[in-house]
Amino acid sequence: MASVSFSTELMWDLCTYALETAKLRGASYGDVRLMHLRQRDLTTKNGQVGTLAQGESIGIGVRVLANGTWGFASTDRLTREGVAACAAQAVSIAKASALAKRSNVVLAPENAYVDSWQSPFRKDPFEIPVETQLALLLAADGEMRKVKGVTLTETSMQFRKIDSWFASSIGSRIHQRKVISGCGIGATSFQGDEIQKRSYPNSFGGQHALEGYELVESLDLMKHAPVIADEAAALHAAEQCPEKFGTLILAGNQLGLQIHESIGHPIELDRVLGQEANFAGTSFLTLDQLNKLKYASSIVNVVADARLDHGRGLGTFAYDDEGVPAQCTDIIKDGTFRGYLSNRETARLIGLERSSGTMRTESWNRLPIIRMTNVSLVPGTWDYDDLLADTADGILMDTNRSWSIDDRRYQFQFSTEIGWEINGGKKVRMLKNPSYSGITTEFWNSCDAICKFDYWTLWGTPNCGKGQPMQTMGTGHGAAPARFRKVRIGTAFSKQ
Amino acid sequence: MTIAPGARGKIGRKKAEHAELLAPRELRGIIETVLRLAKSTGVAETEVHVDEVADALTRFANNAIHQNVFERVVTVSIRTVNGGRTARATTNRLDEDSLLATIEASLSLAHSEPRDPRLLPMPGKQRYRPVNRFVQATAALTPEDRARAVRLACDLAAKKGQVAAGIFSSGQSQTAVGNSRGLFATYCETHSQFSITMQEDPAASWAKADFADVREIHPQKLAERASEKAHLAVKTQELAPGRYTVILEPAAVLDLVGFLFYDFAATAVQDKRSCLNNRMGKQLFGKNISIRDDVFHPLQKGAPFDGEGMPRQKVLLVDCGVPKNLVYSRASAKTARRKPTGHGFALPNEYGEAPMNLVFSGGDSSVEKMLASTDRGLLVTRLWYIREVDPYEKVMTGMTRDGLFLVENGTVTGAVKNFRFNQSLIEMLKKVELMSPAVRATGEESFEMVVPAMMVRDFHFSEVTKF
Repeated sequence: MASVSFSTELMWDLCTYALETAKLRGASYGDVRLMHLRQRDLTTKNGQVGTLAQGESIGIGVRVLANGTWGFASTDRLTREGVAACAAQAVSIAKASALAKRSNVVLAPENAYVDSWQSPFRKDPFEIPVETQLALLLAADGEMRKVKGVTLTETSMQFRKIDSWFASSIGSRIHQRKVISGCGIGATSFQGDEIQKRSYPNSFGGQHALEGYELVESLDLMKHAPVIADEAAALHAAEQCPEKFGTLILAGNQLGLQIHESIGHPIELDRVLGQEANFAGTSFLTLDQLNKLKYASSIVNVVADARLDHGRGLGTFAYDDEGVPAQCTDIIKDGTFRGYLSNRETARLIGLERSSGTMRTESWNRLPIIRMTNVSLVPGTWDYDDLLADTADGILMDTNRSWSIDDRRYQFQFSTEIGWEINGGKKVRMLKNPSYSGITTEFWNSCDAICKFDYWTLWGTPNCGKGQPMQTMGTGHGAAPARFRKVRIGTAFSKQ
Repeated sequence: MTIAPGARGKIGRKKAEHAELLAPRELRGIIETVLRLAKSTGVAETEVHVDEVADALTRFANNAIHQNVFERVVTVSIRTVNGGRTARATTNRLDEDSLLATIEASLSLAHSEPRDPRLLPMPGKQRYRPVNRFVQATAALTPEDRARAVRLACDLAAKKGQVAAGIFSSGQSQTAVGNSRGLFATYCETHSQFSITMQEDPAASWAKADFADVREIHPQKLAERASEKAHLAVKTQELAPGRYTVILEPAAVLDLVGFLFYDFAATAVQDKRSCLNNRMGKQLFGKNISIRDDVFHPLQKGAPFDGEGMPRQKVLLVDCGVPKNLVYSRASAKTARRKPTGHGFALPNEYGEAPMNLVFSGGDSSVEKMLASTDRGLLVTRLWYIREVDPYEKVMTGMTRDGLFLVENGTVTGAVKNFRFNQSLIEMLKKVELMSPAVRATGEESFEMVVPAMMVRDFHFSEVTKF
């Protein structure tokens, strides 16, 4: 959006002024995030443009410790008067927090950093003409509508450009710019008493990554549009996924969400310590489980990696929103539970030397909280074709349709848009309404094959909700197709 | 930067600290500024939304406040129409240069799309039935007020050997919409919530309230209720999955049935993605189920106009188990040759509309009477992580949470390990045996509505978890 620009000098001046005000008002620690968020959202439906919107939001959030407790205030009044009032309010809120405190907050040590970082991209999506973007979506939409039986077609693109200026009272001054792109298409078919849908490359908006417009161009929408449209229409005639205990192969996009729900959330240390008990829930990964729990089979390795080296995921950055550098943390090593996602406060509470750098905020008006970065399954050794050939009797499930897990992250149930029966090492027929369920540790301990890096994708989950007030965050999940044994299949449609 | 006349340039420090909302003339001033700027650039039609929130939330866990936040933001959203093309651009910068840039962004976006021959002209001036949901006592609540209430709840938990976690929030918001054809509407409200989870290892229970008037919220009573139920839930037994008679407290009803109402959008039916396709006018639910959308109901909240500024109408959605009416935006109404009901989302969008102020007719029973009439069943406090499994049969999955109790021979005899359910909402609403009067309920999976507690037979639990 061509709007009036603030100078970098003004941004840093406002950050500094807020911190100075907080200190004068009695804060023992403070950090501020001045953020400018820009977004563009495009959708089509049935060959017509749906959403066509662009927006920006700019403001500052001030977090302070005073009297040993936290306060946070935010404002979009970006003047010295405005940020000073905001900082003073944060301090007075912190002092109110002290009316109901048990102990003083103490932070794990961290160094001060002065840095500037920009996520790499080849094509700025905001510089690509909207006509070009809409033309591609409408063309893909048109390809899907050619297929008989398709009753609803949808396409979407989302782009974000986020500038953040972070400053803290320990002397950090960090500017980061992130460019995020997302794109996906979907075909729905209503016949008789059944609605079936297929999406590409993933459900709920497609693929999302810390990339430029090159992400959209890499997806080859025109090639995949007729394929998913055909599948959506064909699903009505497919056999119902059977109910049984059996072998399950998960496509990478579904495995990414499985990782998110059954590994990513339970390792959040704020959940473990009860800080999310009222809303997001707690975790079965109590502190006594660390380095002891056999979380998964020995071929399973999972990391939480926010570094660019891991890939351009929704959980990639240079510093978290508490000024801690991006890190790679072992979560599961050779099947054993090895690590949590922490911030400076919770790291100190459990005796860690340092935060694992996972504090993230949705926007300037939200408090940073512990969030997943890129929580990824390390690639295995299998060729995909070999994995299928090695499976005598199983079901391959692809593209999430529904997902649910209990508030301690034990029991889950997922269903996917499409399934394929594997018999004698080959895909023999399409199955509709596939679903599976299980207990987290039993499921991961049943994993006996993971495909290699050639089949590994860093999937983006753009819609992770957590916190009160609710915040939506993007997380990354690297996954290659993998096989699980003795899984309960078909539960969701059981009539028992 | 230059501040738009009548906007925040006149807001002093005292006002900002006390989170007073913009005065009505200031709100109107922003809209008039945008309309004037748009007219000067030759825009055919312009619509402006101004939304302001000033919200505070005190969060506690482990018997202490651990997060405590305040936000204030004003957002201006501008939709332009030129030559049968429309688009929206949004900003929170209120200086004239930024507003002009936002108008130009909207125009530029709209210029990029094909002409839409179905695009309707903006509506003209409308008449609105006034509603007043701004309560000064809520607006005046301070961080200290919230902290003192939280402290009392945490002290209760400590005294009982329990651990409390929850929120106490309060805030105020206002919205205004105006367009170049003379339409202008405003609405403001206050809101407050108290939610508490009491944990007594390994159990937990929960209670929550949501009202415009904070004086209707009684934190200590909610804390006591959650505390008692958590204590009752400490010892659990595991039951086999299967079909059970359930007594769903209002929060459980709300969170589950909330997934049904996007299907009452006319656009969803026109798109053939609604479970009501081929089912309107048929006996779909039990004859004891009647549901209406009524923004004017005394237990409801929300603006009496929609995203285009059209006045919201009361709509009877389900009459004695028969889906009777849908809600319509102007566009879906034109397609269906019906009148708009004032439920449209801000344009442009692909979803159309939805009812957002649901009121169930309820019954004359009570949770106590339901318990007394149950030979064997389950009392459900709350449901969690509800997602749609089958969009046409409306099969939903999810978990029970924070207190699932076995009822035998009319009394609660113990707690039960949590179940997963896979349950069709259509089937469920055929099997409602008893209902309490409808109350304003609040949960976590759906928006607030006015619903009863329900006793439902044959509710399908498919699996059990470990706690």
